[in-house]
Parts: sequence; C-alpha cells; structure tokens
Amino acid sequence: MTLEQARIGEKLIVREITDPEMKMKAIRFGVIEGAEVICAEKLPYGPVVIRKGRQELAVGRRLAQRIIVEPQV
Amino acid sequence: MGIIELTKAFKIPAKAKKIVLVGNPNVGKSVFFNVLTNRYVEVSNFPGTTVDISYSSLGNDVLIDTPGIYGVSSFNDEEKVAREMIIQADMVINIVDSLHLERDLFLTQQLIDMEIPIIVALNMMDEARQQGVEIEVQALEEYLGVPVIPTVAVEGKGIAEVLKSLDKARTGNKVPEIRDKLVPVKDFFPTTGEALLYLEEDPLVEVSGPLPQVHRNQEALYLKRRLWVNEIVKKVIKEGMEEATFAARLGHLLLRPFPGIPALLLSLVIMYYFIGVLTAQVIVEFTEEIIMEGYYSPLMENLVNRIFSLGTVTGYILAGEYGILTMTVVYLFGLLMPLVAAFYFSLSIMEDSGYLPRVATLTDRILVKIGLNGRAIIPIILGLGCVTMATITTRILGSSRERIIATALLGVAIPCSAQLGVIFGMVSPLGLGYLALYLGVIALVFIGLGMVMEKFIPGQSTDLLMDLPPMRLPRLKNVLKKTCNRTIHFLKEALPLFALGAFLISLLNISGSLLTIQKFLSPLVHGWMKLPGAASTAFIMGIVRRDFGAAGLYSLQMSPGQTLISLVAITLFVPCIASILVIFKERGLKDGLLIWTGSFIIAFLTGGILARIII
Repeated sequence: MTLEQARIGEKLIVREITDPEMKMKAIRFGVIEGAEVICAEKLPYGPVVIRKGRQELAVGRRLAQRIIVEPQV
Repeated sequence: MGIIELTKAFKIPAKAKKIVLVGNPNVGKSVFFNVLTNRYVEVSNFPGTTVDISYSSLGNDVLIDTPGIYGVSSFNDEEKVAREMIIQADMVINIVDSLHLERDLFLTQQLIDMEIPIIVALNMMDEARQQGVEIEVQALEEYLGVPVIPTVAVEGKGIAEVLKSLDKARTGNKVPEIRDKLVPVKDFFPTTGEALLYLEEDPLVEVSGPLPQVHRNQEALYLKRRLWVNEIVKKVIKEGMEEATFAARLGHLLLRPFPGIPALLLSLVIMYYFIGVLTAQVIVEFTEEIIMEGYYSPLMENLVNRIFSLGTVTGYILAGEYGILTMTVVYLFGLLMPLVAAFYFSLSIMEDSGYLPRVATLTDRILVKIGLNGRAIIPIILGLGCVTMATITTRILGSSRERIIATALLGVAIPCSAQLGVIFGMVSPLGLGYLALYLGVIALVFIGLGMVMEKFIPGQSTDLLMDLPPMRLPRLKNVLKKTCNRTIHFLKEALPLFALGAFLISLLNISGSLLTIQKFLSPLVHGWMKLPGAASTAFIMGIVRRDFGAAGLYSLQMSPGQTLISLVAITLFVPCIASILVIFKERGLKDGLLIWTGSFIIAFLTGGILARIII
C-alpha cells in the first residue's frame, strides 16, 4: 500500500520511495527503505505527517502516493 | 555559480582562518553565531546570489554563518551557497541538535567524509535531558573522531569551551567504504571535499584533466553514510520513556483542520490588531503626527527656509510637498518604521516558536492548487512584511516553476507591511464590510492568477517534504534581536529609494511633467476607475515604492467606495523599485518585465471592474 492509504496512528515500514530526488532528501532525514515510522497525522486532502523517533516530517499528498509502505507486524 | 573566493568576496585577511558555522535548520545556529561574536556583525550578499551571509571577526580569524542545511549538496540555492563556503572552510563548527541526533549526524558525517577539520557543538543538551535522552558524549567523540562539546547556546553554556577547543578541530573517522572509494580520485581534485561531492553526483563540481574510471552513485554513498550514522546513534544514545510532551501535543493539534484553521485565523486576527490597530493607529499617531509632523517637520522647514528659502528649487526639493528632508523622513521613520518593526516582531515569534512550518503543512493543500507547495507560505507571509525580502526567499522553493509563480504572486497580489499599514489605516474607519471586501478582492486575484499560472507555466512543481521542528516558547531576547536587525536592514534599503523617489516627484512637479502624466493617466484613473485625478500622483509614486503610493492616497478626499477601489488598485500595482530590481536579478529581465507590465494591467483592470460594480 502507499503512505497515502495509511491510517492515523498506524505503525509502518517504508518499502520504497519512487521519486529519486525525494529519496535522497528522505535519506538525509533518516527515512530509508526499511525504516520504521508512524503515521502521526493526516490532513484531509493535504499532507501526511510521519514520525520517526522525535523527528516529524510533513509529506505532500502526491509524494505520499509515491511512498510504498507496509504495516508493521 | 562558479568558484567564488570567500577571501576576496568578504575581504578576509590572508592569514585569517575561515571558520564556518554549519548546521541543520532550527538547531540554534544564529543564537550560536550571536553569542560567539557578540559584536559588530557584517551582513553581505553571497556573490552572484541574493543569499545573505553574516560574518564577523573572531580573534585573528573570521567566523562565517551559513544557511541551515540537511546535507552538503546542490538541491537549492541555499545549499549551493553553504556548499561553496564549506569547501573553502579552514575549519567548521558543526552545531548539532541533541534531540535530533540521527538526522543531524548525517551532515556531520558528510563533513567528516569531506575531510574538513571540525568540532561538534552538541546543542540543546538541557532539552534532551529533560526529555529523558542521555547522550554518551565521550563515546560519540570516539566514533566520530572529532571533539564533541555539549552546549546550551541560548544560555551561553559551553560557548567558552567551544572557543577554547577551536585549535582541536580534527578530520574525523570517515565511513570506511566511502574512504576506500575516495582513494583513487582524491588527488584529482583541489580538496577531498570536492572529490566526495563528485562521487555523490554533485552537478557543480568542476573536473579538470582525465579522471580514473569511477562509479558515481549518490544513493549508494548516502545509504552507506545513513546506515553508519544510525549505528553510531544506536550506540551513544540512551532514551528514556518517550512521553508525549505538551509541546508535541500542541504541535499536532495545530496541524489538524480543527483547531488548526481557527488557530491560524486567530493568529492572523491578533497580528491584525497588533499591527493594523495598535501600531498603525495608536503608535503611529504618536510617532507621525505628534513627533514628526508636530516637531520635526516645522523645525526642518524652518531650517531649510533660512538657508535656501522654500520658494527656491533646492528648498522645494529638500522641504517642499515631497521634501527629501521632510516627507521622506516623516513617512519612513514616523509611519513605516513602527509598522515594519511590529510586523517583523510577529514574524520572528512565528518562526522561533516553530509555528511557521505547521502553517505551511496546513496550507499545502491550497497551495498545491496554484502550483506551489506548503513551503511557499513562508515567502508569502514574508511578503506581507517586505516583498523584496520575500522574493529573495523564493530560493527555498524546489523548482524554477515554483519560484516564478511565487515571485509573480508576490509582485502582484501581496501587499507589504508598510503598504498594509497605510491600507489598514484607511480601510478600518470604513468598517468591517469594506475590510472584508478589500481582502476578498485581493484573495480572488491571488488565487485566480495562481491557477492561471499553474495551468500555463510548463514544468512540474515539487512535493512537500518538510521537517516539523518541535514547538518552543520563543526567547524574547532573540526575537527582539531579529526584529531589530531586520528593521535596520529594511530602513537601510528603503531610505535611498525613498529619497530618490521624493526627488523625482519633486522634479516632475516643478517641471510641470507631473501634470502632464496626470492628464495622460486621467482617463485610466478618473474615467475608468472613477477616482479623483490627483490619485494619479499616488500611482506614479507607487512605481518607486508601493507604500509610498498608498501613503499618497492618504491625504485625498474620497468616498468609501473610491477609497476601496484605489486601495485595491494600489495593492495590485507594480512592485517597488527595490523588488523589481531583485526580480530582474533572480528571474531575469524577460520574466521581470512580464511581471511588471502584468501587475500594471491587473491593477487597473481589477480597479475598473470594481468601480463598475460598486459605484
């Protein structure tokens, strides 16, 4: 599934970021493929906020559609 | 941007070491800079760009501040400038946020991989401890191979140790795989830093001569570094229970449409009362009417009259209707200075509290519709302060398409604080209905223009990926310092242009050309927009500075409807000379002229249509 489809509070594992430039920026923030993140907030039709430790990132809707995630088990 | 020698650009003495402050955004870098230098700081443009760089002497050396960055690369103009300064640094003081070690150490490790001598200041140690994060400083020092000094910059703690440790700066332990990859190419570049950036596919590294065949792969190197840093962080951090602090909860609430949107509206209303009512009416009445008009102007007129007589050309230029020594000074110091200071004060609070990025997230959804992303709210809000400064800030946007859209919107539909002050002063007495109408028309033009540009400007806009710093209580001292610096910067920039504008208008008036231009504009101003003929002067003045134009409307006798039309037209009217010069510089002559003529047309078109509807 994509990050856009995640629910608030859901714990996720990042599988793939399909936008190459955004992928580099995400690596700098600490979000790499395999990283465990939490979907902290979702604005209606707006950005998805993810949290990794104390780091919070706002991810634009369109970018969230291009981040593949799966729920943590 | 070619190779720019810092030594020449900032006139740094040959023997002085270039000490460069580097860190992620919001880690207290500017506080650090201020405490470390604590004396006269020079600010100048980085050559070839409009990025302001602060620098100051530090003993025999020079301390240079850089824009906040998450890594050394060339994703936007700020990164390009920081990158250039880091390459030329003799040593780097790297400020690291103790609460975001994992994020910040990526930059630290990249500096180490570049083989630059660094010391690390582990800032905000107090907050980390409060939140139950323990960092083993010694272990961190060993893993990185460079000195690490715990600091609390806002309280001045640890600063002395940093100063004492400057000569202990070292090149640390590189990521082993990266070190190996550097070996074959290192000697082909002036510095190891450039060799590393070359391997990281940086487009700006210049290659001279034949290079051995190497595989350049940004992603591979970034991943290696990221994993290496994550390992270090795991070993040096002991985290207690993570509790949701009040600040974190507040940060989340402000993101939700409810209560986020009401909170945003409330902040805007508070800002309006603070700037538009308290400052524009109460304070300005004192500074402009009592001090300036009551004491200063008569004194000046008297003085000039004694030397030149007000009837002479010189006397008229100095102290006449548009006198350089009278009107210019009165408007600038009596009217604008309090307004601009009040605006920068509000903005600094929004910045330092961490609220601004939340506003960006909240408004992303709307801004996407006009080809921007939430980040663009920063230049837009800044534009409400000073459009010139905001135009410069569009460099934080991710693509040239976004920069053009934002620049055009700023140039056309965003009134600056100086202008806003005059506008609020004129519209408030007319009642809330007129205020709402004014805001509605401007908002409509803003969104309409944005949607047209989103449709017709080719290319693709970038998506939002933005760090949300923790909410903090702003420190008054820091807020005041920022307000003060920015206001002084504004006055320095505005004074010569204001004087020039007043001088030109006086000349036009004396030579009789003002009347000719007024007659020429009369069909537009009087016939089409149904305003008094004298309003033409305001528009001519508006070419110099927009607030100057708005101020020119102040003294005219107009009906409420006319007032509204004139204010809408002057808001949408051409950007001031300073802005248009910056627009030319940043966006090129062609786009600049397009924005300039476009705003001319949009202003008169909207004004005329409005006149047809309400008068």
